[in-house]
Amino acid sequence: MFFDLYNYWIVFVLMMIGLYMVINQSNLIKKLIGLNIFQTSVFIFYISVGKVNGGSAPIFSSTETLYSNPLPHVLILTAIVVGIATMALALALVVRIKKAYGTVEDSELQEKDPKC
Amino acid sequence: MLDHLPILQVIVPLLAAPACLLLNKPRISWLFACFAAVISLLISAALLNQVQHSGVISYMLGGWEAPWGIEYRIDLLSAYVLLIVSAIGTIVLLAANTGIRNEIDEDKQSLFYVLYLLCMAGLLGIVATGDIFNVFVFLEISSLATYALVAFGRDRRALLTAYQYLIVGTIGATFLLMGIGLLYSLTGTLNMQDIANRLPLVSETSTAYTAFVFMIVGVALKLALFPLHLWLPNTYTYAPSIVTAFLAATATKVAIYLLIRLHFSIFGDDFGGGVIQTVFIALGLLSVFVASTVAIKQPNIKRLFAYSSVAQIGYMIIGIGIGTSLGLQGTLLHLFNHALMKGALFLALAAVVYRIGSTDRACFNGLAKHMPWTMAAVVIAGLSLIGVPLTVGFISKWYLVLASLQSGLWPVALLIVIGSLLAVYYVWTLVESAYFGKADPSLNSASSPPIKEAPLGLLIPLWILVLANVYFGIDTRLPLEASAQAANMLMGAGQ
Repeated sequence: MFFDLYNYWIVFVLMMIGLYMVINQSNLIKKLIGLNIFQTSVFIFYISVGKVNGGSAPIFSSTETLYSNPLPHVLILTAIVVGIATMALALALVVRIKKAYGTVEDSELQEKDPKC
Repeated sequence: MLDHLPILQVIVPLLAAPACLLLNKPRISWLFACFAAVISLLISAALLNQVQHSGVISYMLGGWEAPWGIEYRIDLLSAYVLLIVSAIGTIVLLAANTGIRNEIDEDKQSLFYVLYLLCMAGLLGIVATGDIFNVFVFLEISSLATYALVAFGRDRRALLTAYQYLIVGTIGATFLLMGIGLLYSLTGTLNMQDIANRLPLVSETSTAYTAFVFMIVGVALKLALFPLHLWLPNTYTYAPSIVTAFLAATATKVAIYLLIRLHFSIFGDDFGGGVIQTVFIALGLLSVFVASTVAIKQPNIKRLFAYSSVAQIGYMIIGIGIGTSLGLQGTLLHLFNHALMKGALFLALAAVVYRIGSTDRACFNGLAKHMPWTMAAVVIAGLSLIGVPLTVGFISKWYLVLASLQSGLWPVALLIVIGSLLAVYYVWTLVESAYFGKADPSLNSASSPPIKEAPLGLLIPLWILVLANVYFGIDTRLPLEASAQAANMLMGAGQ
């Protein structure tokens, strides 16, 4: 039972690790790494869902009759691109934050501005 | 040509964005962006007209048949929301040329229009598409553009806010993606219509419940439902004023649309045995009270209205929670009306920022003498926010109260009315200081030039919105008719 569904367990564990890092880490870059792990867990979910037991790669051939589902893989290519764009934007923001504040530690950043 | 309107609605702003980048002169980019926005406004008006007369428009992208290809599906609800988004987007864009002059460096202004159009294209895409994975893609297009727009703010806290918004927004979008994946694994399709048809067979499985929860939480993060609203006040406060006006009037509305679409069209309104309705009503009421109470104490007026936005979102969620056709109509009306009043209020604040450079409460003392037109706009939009008769705000609150009474939820009706009293209080304190407060002498000393009325470039779009607030409060046919039809259609589909 446990090992039959091990792919879901991996997804679940990765997702929680990522989310925990986003919430718990004080360093802005480490938060982003957590966010990336969080997103990747969903990618793995999609990819493992597309696998059909005993199915071959979805390339048409005369000897194969059973194929894996290629659609989730295509979808996740799109999601990966979106993830890269998000990460690039986030890192650009961190660079600007570092320039403006001189630090990327969340705990120090909170003290630099007057409370409003 | 007319057959291709659904895709043109999205493609026009999407392609106009890189064109703006090529033009690379602030003024010309602005004119071009306005041109594109007006075209998309005309398209959405044509779409609404077409849907009202001849029913749902289904457009196959690239000619591929529906479950395999991507379908763009314009029904009454999407046509109605498309019109709101493109209308407000266009009016705010008209004000942008003047509005961002003091807030964004000249060499970055063309980039501002690029991002603005991309954001608008993303929002329109979410509403137009009938494919659930497409929703995710457009959501990210609009969100990424929004994060960059927020980071344009002059205050360095804008950067930090954009970062936090990015983290929260990405978590929300990833939750949505997870939900979409679970739904796909259950039903084997991404077309919303198909999912809705196949889901009843498997709706009792825990996978369906998990998908539902993931998607609702993801969307709730995007629409800033209490207690997931913490990103919103900062974002609205530190973003450039024009961006705030645009976001407040459109982005959260589209998220509400998405919630309605998920809740009524895909899962069906009786999914999960009505638990979610109770949750919506409870969270909606909490939003109204917590956010309104916090708003009263805010020293910064932009932040005050940001909290007020959270409260207004609460009203819309209550309407969804009531779950009758009348309640849904109240939500849809409030969607339209809140876009008008918050658009007007934040544009008025943009005018104040243009002249004074700040929205601290102290700056508003005696401001009505110097900027009578701007402050008059604040008063009218504020009245609309409270829900005074003859303004649009009254109509939607009336429908919400009526809906809750009809469903026998009189405590909810009472609480909606009490919530409006809190709005009276925070709007009044602002009006009081603007009209009867004494200006701080240090702010308006002899050395600095006297404060003048805002330029026409801002005043005209502002007053278009203010007059719309009054006009649609008196002649209510357009929003009433469209929202009633849309609500009936959704309730019909859910049964």
